[in-house]
Formats: sequence, structure tokens, C-alpha cells
Amino acid sequence: MTLTQFIFGKLTLDALPHVWYTIGGTAFLLAMGVAAAGFLTYKKLWKWLWNEWLTSTDPKKIGIMYILVASVMFFRGGLDAVMIWFQQASAAGVSQGYLDPGHFQQIFTAHGDIMVFFVTMGFLFGLINLIVPLQIGARDLAFPFLNSLGFWLYLAGAILINFFFVIGGDFAATGWLATAPLSELQFSPGVGVDYWIWSLQVSGLGTLLGGINFLVTILKMRAPGMTLKKMPLFVWTSLCSMVLVVSVFPILTATIALLFLDRTFGMHFFTLTAGGNPMMYTNLIWMWGHPEVYILILPSFGIFSEVVATFSGKRLVGYMSLVLAAIEISLLAFLVWLHHFFTMGAGADVNAFFGIVTMFIAIPTGIQMISWIRTMYRGRVNFTTPIYWFLGFVGTFTFGGMAGVLMASPGADFQLHNSLFLVAHFHTMIVGGALFGIFAGITYWWPKVTGWKLNERLGRRAFWLWIVGFFMSFVPLYILGFMGATRRLDHYDASTGFQPLFIISAIGVVIIACGALMQVWQVIVSFKERKQNLDTTGDPWNARTLEWSVPSPVPSYSFAVIPEVCDRDAFWDMKEANGGMPPKITKYEDIEMPKNTAMGIYVSGFVFLIGFAMVWQIWWLAAVGLIGAIACVIIRSFDEETEYVIPAGQVEKMETARQLAMRQ
Amino acid sequence: MGLRRTIRPRISRNIRDIIEVMFSILDPKGPIAMQEKGLIITAVSIMLIIVVPVLVALVAVVWKYRAGNKGAKREGNPDDRAKNTSFAREAVWWIFPSIIVAILGVITWKSAHALDPSQAVSSNVKPLTIQVVALDWKWLFIYPQQNIATVNFIQFPTGTPLNFELTADGAPMNGFWIPQLGGQEYAMAGMTNQLHLMATAPGVFTGQATEINGQGFAGMKFEVKATSQNDFDAWVASVRRSAHPLTLDEYNNLVEPSQNNPQALYSSVQENLYGAIVAKFMAPGMMMSSSTPSSSMPDMQNMPANMPGMKM
Repeated sequence: MTLTQFIFGKLTLDALPHVWYTIGGTAFLLAMGVAAAGFLTYKKLWKWLWNEWLTSTDPKKIGIMYILVASVMFFRGGLDAVMIWFQQASAAGVSQGYLDPGHFQQIFTAHGDIMVFFVTMGFLFGLINLIVPLQIGARDLAFPFLNSLGFWLYLAGAILINFFFVIGGDFAATGWLATAPLSELQFSPGVGVDYWIWSLQVSGLGTLLGGINFLVTILKMRAPGMTLKKMPLFVWTSLCSMVLVVSVFPILTATIALLFLDRTFGMHFFTLTAGGNPMMYTNLIWMWGHPEVYILILPSFGIFSEVVATFSGKRLVGYMSLVLAAIEISLLAFLVWLHHFFTMGAGADVNAFFGIVTMFIAIPTGIQMISWIRTMYRGRVNFTTPIYWFLGFVGTFTFGGMAGVLMASPGADFQLHNSLFLVAHFHTMIVGGALFGIFAGITYWWPKVTGWKLNERLGRRAFWLWIVGFFMSFVPLYILGFMGATRRLDHYDASTGFQPLFIISAIGVVIIACGALMQVWQVIVSFKERKQNLDTTGDPWNARTLEWSVPSPVPSYSFAVIPEVCDRDAFWDMKEANGGMPPKITKYEDIEMPKNTAMGIYVSGFVFLIGFAMVWQIWWLAAVGLIGAIACVIIRSFDEETEYVIPAGQVEKMETARQLAMRQ
Repeated sequence: MGLRRTIRPRISRNIRDIIEVMFSILDPKGPIAMQEKGLIITAVSIMLIIVVPVLVALVAVVWKYRAGNKGAKREGNPDDRAKNTSFAREAVWWIFPSIIVAILGVITWKSAHALDPSQAVSSNVKPLTIQVVALDWKWLFIYPQQNIATVNFIQFPTGTPLNFELTADGAPMNGFWIPQLGGQEYAMAGMTNQLHLMATAPGVFTGQATEINGQGFAGMKFEVKATSQNDFDAWVASVRRSAHPLTLDEYNNLVEPSQNNPQALYSSVQENLYGAIVAKFMAPGMMMSSSTPSSSMPDMQNMPANMPGMKM
């Protein structure tokens, strides 16, 4: 090994950007960085940003940061989507489209990974951070530092997955799960798969820490009186989701660690030769991958339960059924992974078993629909934007659910597997299910977080653009599946007749993009008009759960006094007992809150170094990263003053000032 | 009545024409694809039994109980709290979806066995074996009974059960799919997967790779031609006469990655080539304990660990 090799590993000057998309990507990242830094310096906001936000251990702030990062990544992944569709709409017959196959494959791989790991998961953890502690009457999480660390690891992963633009120039071209043996060195010699491995390892670690944190928080930190059977549905579904995170993310970590050993140290877990078994990879990755989709969707089910109850002005009907449905879905999630590869030749008995277990999932899912309809029945349904998202969800999800049950039947799946029908199915579930739920949740809880409501008119416009665009892009894909179109085609013959449908589908994507831009516009306009839409009561929707009992925006200590819970709809119950008004506080006490810490940033900085060093096999740098990260954790563990106290008098002063402001 | 009798068949025939031109899966040309299409239609119909009423109920409820509707009778909050504490009332809800899923479950169990790709198509005609080797990025087809081979093209007689034996050489996992004849199966190195299909009508169909496998993925297609027995025999004879043989050297060239390959025909095949390809990627000691039934591989017992001269 020469000295250069020791210092730089596999890194050479060739790794610097030299094709249009890496130069463009790098320039864009640089421009964003310079613009942000310039703005912060000009406005003298660095200190504020560091003290109020970056080092915060407050879940309410970490939640906002999660949602901001996820939003940025949403446009990053959305740009990939537009590029994919334009290629497919144009690459028929003699036209090869504007992307070469390798680049096209990198784009759809990045699109899938970004949308799942950094958009949906990011939104999800953001909402859970913002809302779950408030719903269970907790001021903070069980492990505030771990929460900050989890967020920073997520961000480090998000940076790492984009870092190939700057150094490396290629990403995995393997599909979003980097299926072996295609992802092995023999077929993917570049650093693309290594970037894939390490961005998921780093963000996956963050997800696991977050999962443990919320699991413990929900189980141990609930307000007095809130038994499990009195937890709001969003808390229940988040709990189920976090149980799945804790159960299956280690599988992901272990699986891609084995892939890393194969690629970097020439081992043979999943290689074609020397006894490696690629089928093992397929099994392992889906043992994580299937529960993962329920991790994404379960919290959205909870959001819809909250939204439906609140905007029907009624108590949720079928609470126990909804809870059982969430638990049942979580349990079944472990028993269905094989339906992703009925075509691998496991035999009829195995296929039929997994197919039928998959169909069982339709039962609890159907029960939820019945429960929501029964809740609206004889209620007073208020057509707010969240209800629009709910109705859109029911339409898309039922459609996609039927497609899912159909594919759960091995006989039918043999024809539909790996076709565009499958692509349409899982987009219907994740966009129409998880993402619409997230949009409903963000709109619903927006005033709680910011203190002002979002513009309803623009929200409805965004919804219509989304729903029209959605059906326009994905109905053609279902049809293309029946025409025998496989997924991931960078080119097809003109005689197939695919092109018109691909073009319609691409137009649909443009409409979806307009919907997403409309949402941005909605936020801008609502911010400008915020004075007219202020939420002074803390309870703008006449809602039912604890998060609405505190002012909007929520003070740093969340609850001046920890509430006593007597009913499932805890806040509604309090309002009823108090003649429709929020309960009065009589006695204040000192409040202990976690201090800010920058340790999460330092640790994930070092972990980022490990990831980057591993990609390029720069061992000394990996060692620096590892030692640095461990040292930071040890230093942090000696810090015994991690909390500060807000004296009772100060709490009382703040609360009185707020009540005065409210009365005016 | 008269009107219905004359118009309806015509309309439905036109729609059927359009569907047949467009949709490979809905335009089956063999018994397997036919049953798979039937299964799709049956399963969707059964699901609609519960999905349609639920959606109608949702729309009706949402519309009737919209906030602006003054005439709607509404429930007060307190009495409905009392009502909904009992799970027994909710338990009834679980019955309907469970019945539907039970019916679908029975259908799934039966169809998964009937349509299991390793299940031979029942017929009196002697089946034709075609060994399929997925390469980067083309399909090699070996006809062991005829001792010929082709690239990206297969021809076979209608009405003859087809026994595809699928493997891969030095290539990632592949999916082998001829939509109009029936569902797909993976082709993987070091093992054989079985896929049984049959064509009942003559025609030219398209087959393709379905599992992402690198640069040449989209171009990894093949032409499928179902003809009469006579045409098939004539074709076999012409292949034997005209083209060059698939020797080990020729095969080693073929294994090298290449994209958008043209069709090719080989007049004969190196002896025991398929067995050697499968054996090449088998782990030592795996040969007899492989998940593949050894009966499906006649040469298993005397299979060479690897063929001398074969590129690894």
C-alpha cells in the first residue's frame, strides 16, 4: 500500500464532479449552502440558530427540523420522479430518451430510497416528535439527548445519500433495496452501492434510536390516569410503528453490514460464487422491508382516526377495534415478507401460506374503514382540508388495497409481479396512504405548532391537484401492467403501445408537482396572512385530545401543570367538566427541562466521517470517526447537569401573560 | 329485449377486441395464462362485493352528515360514549371482511397449487423441454431433446406442454416472463427453477426479463413463436442444417456481457452444457441437497463440478 493509498483510500481526482448531473448537483448544493450561510450572517442569526434550534433537545423543535429536512428531500426525490417519467415518456422505439440506462437506474434507486427513508420516515418522526409527547401529557421524551442524536444521524444519512454528487459521481443502480447479487462488487464495482449502504446504516441507526426513545416514552411517560386504553389513536399507531422499528431495523443493519463485508472484504454471504446465497439477501431485506411499509402507514391510520373524530365533532366509534387493528397489522407484518418474491420458486405450500396471511391484513384494514364511517355517521362532518385528505386517502387506499390483495394471491402475482401494476400498487399505498395521512396531520396540527392556521382555500386546491395528478399518473401504470410492461424500463419498443400511457402518466406527475408547489405557496400565503388566522385559544378545531389543552404555539415546558387524565378524549372531558372552557390552573410548580446539547451534532459529524471513510476505504479516517464518536458519547455521559429548572413563579408569570393576551 | 340482444354482443365484442390488442395479460394464449386471468377477475369481483358497499356508505354518510346539512339527525356526545364502550357491538364488524377473506383464502390456496410453476401442464402430448440460461443481457435457450440452441428467440408447437428449466450464468437474479402464456419465475445461478407453460393458439409473443439486472436490462427481451408441429419440426431441421454449433468457445464468448443482442441459432450444443452451467455456481457439497428435486435434472448424478475450459 502506497502512502497515497493510505491517505486517500480508493479516492482519486476522478471522483470529483465531471458530468452534467454531478456538476449540477454539486453547484446546486454549494449555491444552497452559500445562500443559507450568507442569509444567516447578514441577519446575524447564527447564534440564534445554534442555541434555539440546532442544539435543542426539545421534541417540538426537533420535530420541526425533521419536517423541514423531509420537505427538502421531498423535492429532491420528486425531481427524480419527474426525470424518471420524462425518460419513460420519451424513450420509445428509435428514441433512447435523454438518460443512459445506468443513469436512469441510479435515479429510480435514489428516488425510492429518498422517498422512503428520508421523506416519509422524516415526516413521520417529525409528526411523532411534535405530537406524541403532547398527546400523552409529557413535557419531554424519555431520552432527550438520544432524540437529538437520532435527528442528527438522520440528517447525516440524508447528506451522505446526496454526497455522491460531490465526491464519487455515481449512486447505486440496483433498485431501492440493492438486491444481491446485483449489488455485489462483481456487478456494481463503483462506490454507488457503498454510498447506499452507509447512508442507510447511518440514518437507520438514527431511526432505531428514535424507535427505542418513543417506545419507552409512550410506555413510561404518560400523564397520570392515561391507561393504555385511554391513549389517543395516533399514540397507539405510533407505538405499534415504533415496536416494528425496534424489531426490524436491526435486521436491515445486519443485512447491509453483511453486504458491506462482501463488498469491502471479499466475503461471500450473498455472492454468486463460493457458497454465497443471494436468495438469503432477498429474504432478509424483505423481513425488514415489509414491516417497514407498515412502519410508514400505521401512524397515518392514527392521524386519520384523530382527524375523523375531531371534524365529525364526535367521539371515535370503534376505539377498541381500531387499536386491535393496529396491533394485528403489526403482528401480521412479520409473517408476510415472502409475498415479495412468490416467483423465487419456494413451492405452492409456502407461497399459499404467505399469500393467505397477507390477505388477513385486509381484515383489520377494512375494520378501520367501517370504524371511520361509523364515527362520521350522525356526526357533524366539517369539510376542512384534513377531511379532504381523508376522503382522498379512502379512494386511493381502497383501490390500492384491492390491488394488494390481488397480488397476495400467488397465481395472480406470477403475472403482476415486477410489472408496472406493482409499481402503481405500492405508490397508491405509500402516497395515497402514508403521505396523504402526513399531509392531513400537518394541516391539522399546523396551528398547534405555529400558532396560526393554514389557508383552507389553497389547501383544497393543492388537494385537488394532488388527487387528479395522482390518478392520472398511476391509473395508466395499472393499465400498463396488464399490457405486460415491466418496471424500471429505460426503453421499450414502439410496437408495444406503451407510449401514450406513459405520456399521460408523465402529465399526471407534472400536475402532482403543481400540487406540491401549491402547498409551498399555501404556507407562504398563510404566513403572510397569519394575523387573520391566529389561533389564540389553543383549540382551533374544538378537538378532543390533550395536545389542544395547551396554548399554540406550545410553550417550551408544554404543560404548565401535568394534566390528570380521566377519559379517552381527555381534553374533551375536561372541557365538558368545565362548561366548555379549558380547565383553570390553580397551583404552579417548578419544571425540570433538558438542557441543550451540541453533542448530538458532534457524534453524528463523526459518524458521517465513518460513513464517508468506509465508502472510500480510508481506514484511518474511519478510525478517527469511530474514536471521535465514542469519545463524545463518553464525555456526554459524564455530564450530570443535563437539566435546568423553570421556577414555579416564572411559569405562573408566563401563563398569566398568555391568559391576559387571550382575553383581549 | 331485441335491442339488447343485438347491441350488447357487438359492443362487448368491440371492447374485447381493444382489450385483446392491448392487454397481454388479459389476452391469454395458453391454459396457464387463461387461469391466471380468471383468477384475477374472480378475486377482484369478490373484493368488490365488500368494497363497493363500503365506498357507497362512506359517500352517503359524508354527504348526509356534512356540517351544512340542517336536516340531518345527529347524535349527542354523551349518549354515544355510553354506547361505544362495549367491544361486543364492534365485533360484528369483523364478520363481513373475514368472510370475504376466508373465501379468497380458499381460492388462493387452490390456485396457488394449481398454478404452481413447477406443476406440469396436464396433457397427453409429450412435453418439450427448453433450458433457459439468463446471461448478461440476453437469453440463451437450449433444446436438449432437439440438441439445438437459440438466443433471444424460441419456437415451439402449440398444444405441447412446455417444460422450462431456468438458470443463470454469471448474471444477477432474473425474472423470466411471457405474459400471454403465463406468469413469471426467477432464473438464478447455481440452481434450476421450473416453469410449465403451454400455448394453445399460434402466434408471436414477447418475453422479457423482469428483475433489474444492470445496464442491458431493458433490451433483454426475446421473441416467442408458437406454431404447428410441422412448422416446428421444419424449423428445427433448418436450425440443425444452417447455423453454427454452440461449442464451449462460442459459449464462453456468449457469456461476456453484451446489450440488445440480435437473435441467434445454433445447430448443436456442447454436451451437458446446461448441467455444467448449473454446477458452476453450486456451493461445494450443495449438489445433492439442492432445493431443486434432482429428478428434474437428469444429468445431476454424473454432473462435472465444472466443465474443463469453461470460464468461471
